[in-house]
Amino acid sequence: MPKLTVDGVEVEVENGVTVLQACEEANADVPRFCYHERLSIAGNCRMCLVEIEKSPKPVASCAMPAADGMVVHTKTETVKRAREGVMEFLLINHPLDCPICDQGGECDLQDQAMAFGVDNSRFDENKRAVEDKEMGPLVKTIMTRCIHCTRCVRFVQEVAGVPEIGAIGRGEDMEITTYLEKSLTSELSGNVIDLCPVGALTSKPYAFTARPWELRKTETIDVMDAVGSAIRVDARGKEVMRVMPRLNEDVNEEWISDKTRFIWDGLKSQRLDRPYVRENGKLRAASWNEAFEAIAAKAKSTTPEKMAAIAGDLACVEGMSALKDLMVSLGVTNLDCRQDGTKLNAGDRASYLFNSSIAGIEDADALLIIGSNPRTEAPVLNARIRKRWSQGGLPVGIVGEDVDLTYETEHLGAGPQTLKEIADGSHSFARVLEVAERPMIILGQGALTRADGAAVHATALQIAEKSGAISANWNGFNVLHTAAARVGGLDLGFVPGEGGKDIAGILDAAASGDVDFVFLLGADEIDTSKLEKAFVVYQGTHGDAGAHVADVILPAATYTEKSALWVNTEGRVQMGRRAAFPPGDAREDWAILRALSDVIGQTLPYDSLQQLRAALFEAHPHFAAFDTVSSAASVTSGPGGSMDDVPFSNAITDFYFTNPIARASKIMADCAATYGNKEAGATGTNG
Amino acid sequence: MLQDKDRIFTNLYGLDDYGLEGARRRGDWDNTKDLIAKGRDWIIDEMKQSGLRGRGGAGFPTGLKWSFMPKESDGRPHYLVVNADESEPGTCKDREIMRHDPHKLVEGCLVAGFAMGANAGYIYVRGEFIFEREQLQRAVDQAYDAGLLGKNAADSGWDFELYIVHGAGAYICGEETALIESLEGKKGMPRLKPPFPANVGLYGAPTTVNNVESIAVAPTILRRGASWFGGLGRPNNTGTKVFSISGHVNNPCNVEEEMGIPLKELIEKHCGGVRGGWDNLLAVIPGGSSVPLLPKSICDTVLMDFDSLKDVQSGLGTAAVIVMDKSTDVIKAIARLSAFYKHESCGQCTPCREGTGWMWRVMERLVTGEAEVEEIEMLLDVTKRVEGHTICALGDAAAWPVQGLIRHFRPVIEERIATRKAGGAAPVAAE
Repeated sequence: MPKLTVDGVEVEVENGVTVLQACEEANADVPRFCYHERLSIAGNCRMCLVEIEKSPKPVASCAMPAADGMVVHTKTETVKRAREGVMEFLLINHPLDCPICDQGGECDLQDQAMAFGVDNSRFDENKRAVEDKEMGPLVKTIMTRCIHCTRCVRFVQEVAGVPEIGAIGRGEDMEITTYLEKSLTSELSGNVIDLCPVGALTSKPYAFTARPWELRKTETIDVMDAVGSAIRVDARGKEVMRVMPRLNEDVNEEWISDKTRFIWDGLKSQRLDRPYVRENGKLRAASWNEAFEAIAAKAKSTTPEKMAAIAGDLACVEGMSALKDLMVSLGVTNLDCRQDGTKLNAGDRASYLFNSSIAGIEDADALLIIGSNPRTEAPVLNARIRKRWSQGGLPVGIVGEDVDLTYETEHLGAGPQTLKEIADGSHSFARVLEVAERPMIILGQGALTRADGAAVHATALQIAEKSGAISANWNGFNVLHTAAARVGGLDLGFVPGEGGKDIAGILDAAASGDVDFVFLLGADEIDTSKLEKAFVVYQGTHGDAGAHVADVILPAATYTEKSALWVNTEGRVQMGRRAAFPPGDAREDWAILRALSDVIGQTLPYDSLQQLRAALFEAHPHFAAFDTVSSAASVTSGPGGSMDDVPFSNAITDFYFTNPIARASKIMADCAATYGNKEAGATGTNG
Repeated sequence: MLQDKDRIFTNLYGLDDYGLEGARRRGDWDNTKDLIAKGRDWIIDEMKQSGLRGRGGAGFPTGLKWSFMPKESDGRPHYLVVNADESEPGTCKDREIMRHDPHKLVEGCLVAGFAMGANAGYIYVRGEFIFEREQLQRAVDQAYDAGLLGKNAADSGWDFELYIVHGAGAYICGEETALIESLEGKKGMPRLKPPFPANVGLYGAPTTVNNVESIAVAPTILRRGASWFGGLGRPNNTGTKVFSISGHVNNPCNVEEEMGIPLKELIEKHCGGVRGGWDNLLAVIPGGSSVPLLPKSICDTVLMDFDSLKDVQSGLGTAAVIVMDKSTDVIKAIARLSAFYKHESCGQCTPCREGTGWMWRVMERLVTGEAEVEEIEMLLDVTKRVEGHTICALGDAAAWPVQGLIRHFRPVIEERIATRKAGGAAPVAAE
């Protein structure tokens, strides 16, 4: 533990810490541009120069390891002059176009020029102009503003794993560009916008729409995938203007995927903003009462055995809880929250959670991925695997589609046959898992939504147990979910009751007429053609597949428009907060269901969200433990049965269109047009 | 003046055979086995005793540099890298060594490689040096054929492989860490130090980067003894050195001389004097384009070694003496150097990337006098803000010539500005 003196303050820091970090420890403000905690050290901006006694020249503090007995000065005349010099150099070729720059108000260069620069310019020559580069539909470039800190270059190389940004040219002709000016092919590309300390890389869809000081910032949770990334939703008035990442070391560090970041225009289009009732085959706008009456009339004319409810991928815990309560009070047992047909069972939580936790990936020393493409199913989680991989000593095997995950993988086989071989030890990768101290298995929905999903689950568990992946202090048996609602639904037990039908049963019965009342809570990713005969209530946010077959539409609030709970793939309960109000008549899910229950005559026993949550926490105490994950020492699996030999195919075929909000988003459509279905089949060698 | 018996590079002018036979005749590869048999510590100690300072420009003691290599390998290989990326304007000494006396270098690689525990060496040859690379390759091939390299090199029991790598002609790749980056196949951009190459160098392994001349003189020093080498020159500036004299002299040449020779003697004896006589001298850049120039008044008496030149705020650098007589437009000469540094800046760090272009543009205006007198002081301040604030020494190298110009020729610049303001034409420069 080196001890050093910074501006007269003595600090003791951990080994391997840089002088800059030591200065922070001592509360000495050191400006920087190129330095970033999560990227490798470049030391090229020279803004963080400090004086260290016995060193003849000022030292770049970001790159200098702190050593015992160092005496550091950050406030001397030399340091001040060095900073002013660097600031002047940065500004001589930086355009003074702050009034038209989107970074204005949150620009490191602006802020630091105020704090550490001088108020006049001595530069009389012409400024450099740099041609803008094409980086795809998300990242807008104004390269004249670039200060060459190379954060973007390091990010795409180190974190995103697609070395597509680099610098060409030398000296003052150095330019940052993408390879042959092609669009970035990373699902994490939007993060370079946050990383850019100036306005060189800005958000293309957000361009010229708002200023940071006009925005109301709400800290909430993302629902685009089951990771539950921490986000900040910036709204102006009732309009969501953009989504930014928030720091959560345990989940997303400070990255978010492009879907999370750029989904916001989908919140404004195709919205259901009033109830609708179908009359003579056509939907017409109706009042809440008319809608409720129509539902109540149908509910009374049918029997509980002929009723069913399906919860979709974005549903919050409160909404599902209220729907379940209502259905149970009506005697309905045909409930399912697993609209993709995954064969996971409620009950043993450890059997459907990402048990090691996301941060736990960094402890793993061998990884087997089964039927999953984490790059599209959970891009941020994939970045965490890549982070672990780049430290060395993480062999990664894939059973399923051979996909490019941005790190080195070994494709072991396509389907259950390989899984069997690993389970019985005849496959060489079985040995890799066995010798590993903390082996990890990621079981994706691509392997679980099949008819033999339960058998795959059982086999995967068998592999985990055999390789010692499950012990008292390490549980490497991980299920990777694709839907933000799924774990919450399973936790609630939003699954078929006694004698109830599951998702496949409900859809088939609806097609045959055995079920004639189906309540869809934001469920769109199902075969809606089977629902044409039944009376369908669609409670959701967008005019998507579910709304098209609906007989009654109840407009609901999206994740940015309500305070609600979601449980991520690790089993982490997180609360989302309202950033804006829902449009028109749309209401929060639980409130709609509470009002409906009154009309149906089965009034739910809560009048406020607080009461609902109190009841929820009483029935399921773990929902009250926010932001924690529990580690189970054992995992159970249902009866397996036999697996067939069909290869696993991944759950997500089009990353940009996985949910109703994304499908309503023009930005996502642009992305899909640019990247096409390359995402699904990219192997890295298909051009 | 250096006596012929003390000359190390006896075939500097290519009068004799460059090949193995000629080299052996001149004393190279003479019982190299015995040198190696004396052991690593003896070699490093002898190099330290000799007082040899690196010939690439910075003048860091070579023996000390070798001693920084770990004594025992921690599992990583050790590498010797020879910097043959001789790109400093005015410098052409390594070129002659590679052309005419390559075996001195090849043998030096084996000895130095052994001394630092390296089984592999790389010679990074400047991109423009086509013939030199071919010549060097021929010498290496000859050495392999004669069993002087490879397994049990020169029957010494030490395995040593030597590879020649060809650069692409970037000045910055002469900076040792940029050279390592380039060797690894990356863009030639200097690395941050620490860690130093002796700890983390080529491919992350301990590496020592030495100049061609430093390595090439090592076998002779070891053969003739540290005291012989240390007895030449002045204390702390010992031995002999190849000087490259160019510019306005009657007979530009490379010549091996004793360290500490008076500049005037060097020019008069070996180069036939300054064009038009010593009194026609305007200024001399004594150590390659990076060091500040010296006006005639200093040149009259200054000695050519590290410390003497440092005392007059210049440096020995690569000992490339660029002589300018009174027909020279000295402002234009330095502006040309500024253009060179602006062109060769790698662009990685801010002060150099932005500062070299700024300095060059102001310099260009000073050439025509299209400037204000205050800008001279501003330019000096800009050079001070580049100097010492960059990752590598290129920033310093770009700043120093300008500083030297302003230090010694400020009246000339002021006069040029005044002439311009008075409507007079700027003088036409001699090219």
